[in-house]
Amino acid sequence: MLTTSPAFKDNAAHALKDAGLQKALGKAKGAFLQRRAEAVSRLPEFEALRDVGRDIKNHTLANLDFYLETFAANVERAGGHVHWCSTAEEARAAVLEICRKAGAKTVTKGKSMISEELGINDHLEKHGIDPVETDLGEYIIQLRRETPSHIIAPAFHLNREDWEADFRRAHTDLDPDRVFHERRDILTEARTRLRQKFLAADVGITGANFLVAETGSSVIVTNEGNGDLTQTLPRVHIALASIEKVVPTLEDCVSLLRLLARSATGQDFSVYTTFSTGARREAEIDGPGEYHVVLVDNGRSAMVGTEFQEMLRCIRCAACMNHCPVYGAVGGHAYGWVYPGPMGSVLTPSLIGVEKAGHLPNASTFCGKCESVCPVKIPLPKMMRHWREREFERHLSPQGVRSGLGLWAWFAQRPGAYRLASRIGVGLMGLLGRHKGAFKSLPLAGGWTAGRDLPVPQGGTFMAQYAKRMRNR
Amino acid sequence: MSKDAILTAIRRGLRRGPLPADQQAMLGGRLATHPRHLIPARSRVARPEQVALFIRNVEKEFGTVRRVADAAEMPAAIGEYLAAQNLPQRIAMAPHPELQGLDWDSRPMLQVEARRGDPQDSVSLQHGFAGIAETGTLMLPSSPHRPTTLNLLPDTEMVFLRASRIVGAYEEAWDLLRAENQDARTGGFMPRNVMFVTGPSRSADIEQTLELGAHGPRRLHILLLDDDPAALPAP
Repeated sequence: MLTTSPAFKDNAAHALKDAGLQKALGKAKGAFLQRRAEAVSRLPEFEALRDVGRDIKNHTLANLDFYLETFAANVERAGGHVHWCSTAEEARAAVLEICRKAGAKTVTKGKSMISEELGINDHLEKHGIDPVETDLGEYIIQLRRETPSHIIAPAFHLNREDWEADFRRAHTDLDPDRVFHERRDILTEARTRLRQKFLAADVGITGANFLVAETGSSVIVTNEGNGDLTQTLPRVHIALASIEKVVPTLEDCVSLLRLLARSATGQDFSVYTTFSTGARREAEIDGPGEYHVVLVDNGRSAMVGTEFQEMLRCIRCAACMNHCPVYGAVGGHAYGWVYPGPMGSVLTPSLIGVEKAGHLPNASTFCGKCESVCPVKIPLPKMMRHWREREFERHLSPQGVRSGLGLWAWFAQRPGAYRLASRIGVGLMGLLGRHKGAFKSLPLAGGWTAGRDLPVPQGGTFMAQYAKRMRNR
Repeated sequence: MSKDAILTAIRRGLRRGPLPADQQAMLGGRLATHPRHLIPARSRVARPEQVALFIRNVEKEFGTVRRVADAAEMPAAIGEYLAAQNLPQRIAMAPHPELQGLDWDSRPMLQVEARRGDPQDSVSLQHGFAGIAETGTLMLPSSPHRPTTLNLLPDTEMVFLRASRIVGAYEEAWDLLRAENQDARTGGFMPRNVMFVTGPSRSADIEQTLELGAHGPRRLHILLLDDDPAALPAP
């Protein structure tokens, strides 16, 4: 997928002025938070399970080579095939090759972020194969030729009127004057339309929420059932998965599943959680005749052993972006690549380079909410800080930032000078603003005052107030 | 080869070569014993409460449950449900011996076809392998007797489930499968497909608002055969 991450600042500015987007964000913002909080409150063991989830993933990553080889051996034992792919290019070629061998014209797809990362749809289209997204949100995104703006709710940025307009535009064989009385009518139209595609497809491509080494299974989690229709009806099933999806056993997997839906949609469990293992068995009367796992690295192995290894624990629940004030203000597209929000701010620089995605780890107030809701306790703010450090070390940050930081560092290392300077600054601001209460503009603080007022300091510096309080004790 | 490249890169990151034999054996032991982790206490209750919890959770997720006291009453319970929902008296049924053994002659108006699911199907009857009380979840492993398409294509899915097959946690359902299933191809227990189903299909992709009836069944109705005296509610 192409990236607009280098233009994050412009993207964000546009997003803030986009009335439709702001309406959609405003509507959706509270829902995920409340549902997650309710689901967590129904499960007293939730906090303890976060430790369990973290430990399972850490154990797996420490032995990742072993579990990947075990997984692959078990896939093959069950009559499936594993395609190891170092790069996106290799993965696209592997998928195309399987589709060609199957003589595929139409390919149905379950929702998969790795597919977005690899750019599977464009590649298939370029080679005369018609990929059809079947997740409702992905379907409309494909109609609009957009990218998902959220990792579990691809159409997070759209309003009902967008759906209606796009369906009228795309489904031209239907009565143009039909009325969508409620959301359900939109859903029903998509269901009918996609049912034909499910039946026509030669190959079904899904992602994988987990891979189970013990059994050689790929696991998908959906509410709609589209992923299951995708992997059950066509003659060939391809599961796309990145290497960090593997877990050792079914018991490990269900422990993580207890965290996933609760953290994501606030459900206790998703409607369909399905384990696929190999191809159709003898005497079975349905299921795919071929089963392929395209196992993708695309930059992950290079994160092992670095300060970003913990990011590989991520189970893609989206709790971090749902709770992020920055995501809530600008939405997902501003981030400019596949993965938005805090997890994207850490992962994107790892996968496409900090020189392109350096703005993302800077787009954080370090409020820490993301880490506090992460089901596998990934220290997201700490890792964003690591990226800022790397950006600084590699002289990628702009000169203004570097001089500012240099100046600040000079003072920070000289407490006497720091106190003096802040006393002068605070005193001056108090004097200038003594009749106002707040500044609407201030030299050197335009970045702040462009969006909000700056309160006038009152009662001296923190150190002065602290010293006074200690004296009076 | 990419496999070697990926494994080598991982090992470089972990600052070691391939795992020594003793550590591989240790991890193999973990796979063989597949230890359980923390299991929520909510499902560790007496049998009657466990079944009641299962039913409550199914209903919370917009499924319905009817308790049937005797297998002989099953065809009538199915016919009545179809009539009440205004559905045709025609079902695609899993070719499972337990379902085929029901007394269908007692309900001559009900048309029963033992086969896989078809796109035109309005109603299916699936055989439930296990129920999981923790979240009101059905475990439906695929087999020649339990086609996956019956879980997906019909508008309404009915599932026959014995109360004796309701367990507390997912781990207990895996234990049942490990103990009872043997796959001819792999020699292991894992069938081609295992579906965990919790309620009917739904989507919240339009404005994050939940709507039932996405691509899978719009209704999920469980026919619970009370074959476990210990699981009956207190009189």
